[in-house]
Amino acid sequence: MARRATGTRKLVVTALAWAVGLAIFFPILWTILTSFKTEAEAIASPPSLFAFRWTLENYVEVNSRSDYFLHFMNSVVISLGSTLLGLLIAIPAAWSMAFVPAKRTKDILMWMLSTKMLPPVGVLVPIYLMFRDFGLLDTRIGLIVVLTLINLPIIVWMLFTYFKEIPGEILEAARMDGASLWDEVVYVLTPMAVPGIASTLLLNIILAWNEAFWTLNLTAAKAAPLTAFIASYSSPEGLFYAKLSAASTLAIAPILILGWFSQKQLVRGLTFGAVK
Amino acid sequence: MTTFIRALLGATAISLAVSPALAEKLTIATVNNGDMIRMQKLTDDFAAKNPDIELEWVTLEENVLRQRVTTDIATKGGQYDVMTIGTYEAPIWAKQGWLVALDDLGADYDVDDLLPAIRGGLTVDGKLYAAPFYGESSMVMYRKDLMEKAGLTMPDAPTWDFIKEAAAAMTDKGNEVYGICLRGKAGWGENMAFLSAMANSYGARWFDMDWKPQFDSEAWKATLTDYLDLMNNYGPPGASSNGFNENLALFQTGKCGMWIDATVAASFVTNPNDSQVAEHVGFALAPDKGLGKRGNWLWAWNLAIPAGSQKTEAAKKFIAWATSKEYLELVASKEGWANVPPGTRTSLYENENYLEAAPFAKMTLDSINAADPQKPTVDEVPYVGVQFVAIPEFQGIGTAVGQQFSAALAGTVSAEQALQSAQQTTERTMRRAGYIK
Repeated sequence: MARRATGTRKLVVTALAWAVGLAIFFPILWTILTSFKTEAEAIASPPSLFAFRWTLENYVEVNSRSDYFLHFMNSVVISLGSTLLGLLIAIPAAWSMAFVPAKRTKDILMWMLSTKMLPPVGVLVPIYLMFRDFGLLDTRIGLIVVLTLINLPIIVWMLFTYFKEIPGEILEAARMDGASLWDEVVYVLTPMAVPGIASTLLLNIILAWNEAFWTLNLTAAKAAPLTAFIASYSSPEGLFYAKLSAASTLAIAPILILGWFSQKQLVRGLTFGAVK
Repeated sequence: MTTFIRALLGATAISLAVSPALAEKLTIATVNNGDMIRMQKLTDDFAAKNPDIELEWVTLEENVLRQRVTTDIATKGGQYDVMTIGTYEAPIWAKQGWLVALDDLGADYDVDDLLPAIRGGLTVDGKLYAAPFYGESSMVMYRKDLMEKAGLTMPDAPTWDFIKEAAAAMTDKGNEVYGICLRGKAGWGENMAFLSAMANSYGARWFDMDWKPQFDSEAWKATLTDYLDLMNNYGPPGASSNGFNENLALFQTGKCGMWIDATVAASFVTNPNDSQVAEHVGFALAPDKGLGKRGNWLWAWNLAIPAGSQKTEAAKKFIAWATSKEYLELVASKEGWANVPPGTRTSLYENENYLEAAPFAKMTLDSINAADPQKPTVDEVPYVGVQFVAIPEFQGIGTAVGQQFSAALAGTVSAEQALQSAQQTTERTMRRAGYIK
């Protein structure tokens, strides 16, 4: 009896999980389906889910109008570059906060997070002026710097949480064995925190890939990533939904695939330390 | 080693001579609309005539483009050599000294051929600061079959009373046919474009000669009340979130009897590939109230050069090419006369081929000519602009007022409350900005 109850419960929970999963995935599915419709079918009411004339014309149009590869490469370089640069700064920072905390470490952590509370548009003009003076407008380097800075609080916080889980005694033991500070961080701490670093890396790549304020405002033609590629297909006057969907599908495909293959690390990293 | 260095120097010299070292690269920011995309596809013609100029395009959605080019021009960022700007920005930016005057676009440019209404909106102190690429007004698009069924005939120049009568007669909610579809989505370029133009025909105005907001006037009350009455009784459900594209979709699928919106929509609704009602569409001028002004707006997308650009001469060559009579002929030869960018040149409307290919051409021209950005309202006003007020503060107040009117359409506030809030918001902003004491 008890077993049957458990079975039913399992079934209900599974069905519920699938329903929630599908509901979350539905907008992406709808975008992908719309990308294969004609513009007229994309706005048809009532809309058809699968029973429409499938076409690749939007993909052909999008590829002939824009240089997808250029935008894609810009996205790859900017998201990878900013994440790696961020990790390079955040690993030592998180180490010192986790293992050698000072009196004000907690306050510094809170202050770092508070920088995320400022609406980005509030600092658009000052940053734009600095970028202009340093010749960083429409450059990948400029975007790597700005995305590193805006994601740094999250990277430091995530790494700090993981490092806190690692017993300080292990590092002490390494020091007793004559490890230098460099050896301690590189050969002892980092290998132990690999799952945490991996999930931080993945999450930040996703955040940088999807960032659509600075990447739109600080670029023109050369360094524009996939966010600008999508923005070029929206229009207040004229039909564009199918082409916009094709551009969006092309833009999210790489990160969707990356997320699919690394979901184990992502879930593990995000729930790390949640249950103690 | 010396031989190697010599060879290296020689190779460098040759590569410098061969590569288009003198080619200037122009970065052009444009909006995503059919005419602009067509221009990008036709740039081979420009490249053939100007081998020393290379073009680089940045295409963006209108609001993103506006934010980006405004930031760039205000900070003198210098990212763009040619910018696509609207008739709202052109006079403001010209007065700020942000734009290069376009008074020497070549002997054969024929600047006098530009439509006077459009040219007037882009001219400051007698100088042209932006060249119009395509222009539009607004007009009534209606279903001839439904009108006939209702036993009515649409006049060429209808009144708002007739529109109401026709909307009532055409509405058949059981079959999802709504007499009238109008913009309801909040925004200075969305519902406020329509409502400001409608208000002009009702004798209302945004400000009096002392810059005092006028939402407490009887004329604004009548405008908003009639708009809400039309939409609540004969409009589609959920109209407070409808903009151009939503109404286009409704009209094309046969759900609207009438739609008052941009003249550019005419080519969409008469295209049988996209529109289910293509053969039934008729056109008329925007309605009036017998006060001498019609409820139609005037807009153009224009090409301009930011001041301080290092490539002014090349940019002028490009603008002269893209807004010339020859460009219109080029589009006609490649894509047909119906696809020529409308609303900029008088000669286009004298061209028999164009008039034949575009049945809506005459109505478009009449609508554009019926709007006067210098004298947009019945009573005198201190500002320029038909459906907008060409002051920097307008984007903010236009959208704030638009939100109030959209809320009134959604039924969350009454017309009186919406007008009262609009008056307060506008007054506060105008006082802070120093227009009123």
